[in-house]
Amino acid sequence: MLAVNFLLLAAVLFCIGVFGVIARRNAVLVLMSIELILSAVNLNFIAFAMMNENIDGQVFALFVIAIAAAEVGVGLAMVLMIYRNRKSIALDELSEMKG
Amino acid sequence: MIGTLLAQAGDADVNVAMNVGFGIIATVMIFAAFSVVTTKNVVHAALYLVLVLAGVAAQYILAAAEFVAVSQVMVYIGAVMVLFLFGIMLTRAQIGTEDGLNNNGWQLGIPVGLVLCGLLAYVIVDTFEDDVIGERSPAPTELLSDRILSPFLVPFIAVSFVLLAAAIGAIVLARKD
Repeated sequence: MLAVNFLLLAAVLFCIGVFGVIARRNAVLVLMSIELILSAVNLNFIAFAMMNENIDGQVFALFVIAIAAAEVGVGLAMVLMIYRNRKSIALDELSEMKG
Repeated sequence: MIGTLLAQAGDADVNVAMNVGFGIIATVMIFAAFSVVTTKNVVHAALYLVLVLAGVAAQYILAAAEFVAVSQVMVYIGAVMVLFLFGIMLTRAQIGTEDGLNNNGWQLGIPVGLVLCGLLAYVIVDTFEDDVIGERSPAPTELLSDRILSPFLVPFIAVSFVLLAAAIGAIVLARKD
């Protein structure tokens, strides 16, 4: 197995996620794109753990999974609150804090 | 890259079946990830995301990280996807295709993504050219738990507090009153 296989796959997933964050207007879809980015990072952790024969990479991947779960919970609660207040979750309409 | 792969196919260190499996799963994952960010149907985007996350779990198994793979399936496909589907439901997404899911200037994302991808690919290929990862036996879960529960005990407890705080915060935010 070539080392670059995993890393290139993770890079492609990461870039697709970045594109999603930039392009999407619906808040739930932006959260999904963030999940793609986190998965790509996790894939890198596992690949490096395998390359260096060191299990600490897997430990870190587990931490990332836990933080991602917390992030989705809070993120979706915020989206729900925005929806309740404005009847829309289009992110470009949220401009109250613009200077 | 494919050339070096074929050239090394004779070596004992390269497992052809593993590479073929990797390629198939990677293709499905990239297609599904692309669909997540381009589809016009929010529910379909969530279902394509399941495909990507399942593919990631399969790659973990290929990379000999079985415990992380099982956690991935439980946490992401089990819990996070249900959250997403509830989020879609509660924000009353239309059933079927929907307009206005993209920003006005969404085309800006294409050059950003392509440039970032090219840059990352160049750096990765330049650094790791044809390093081969040999056969790895799966790391025993016992070893993983030993690492988590002794040197990483403090971060582990911190993560549990973060999860608790996030759960309480989510309840407070989403509460109706």
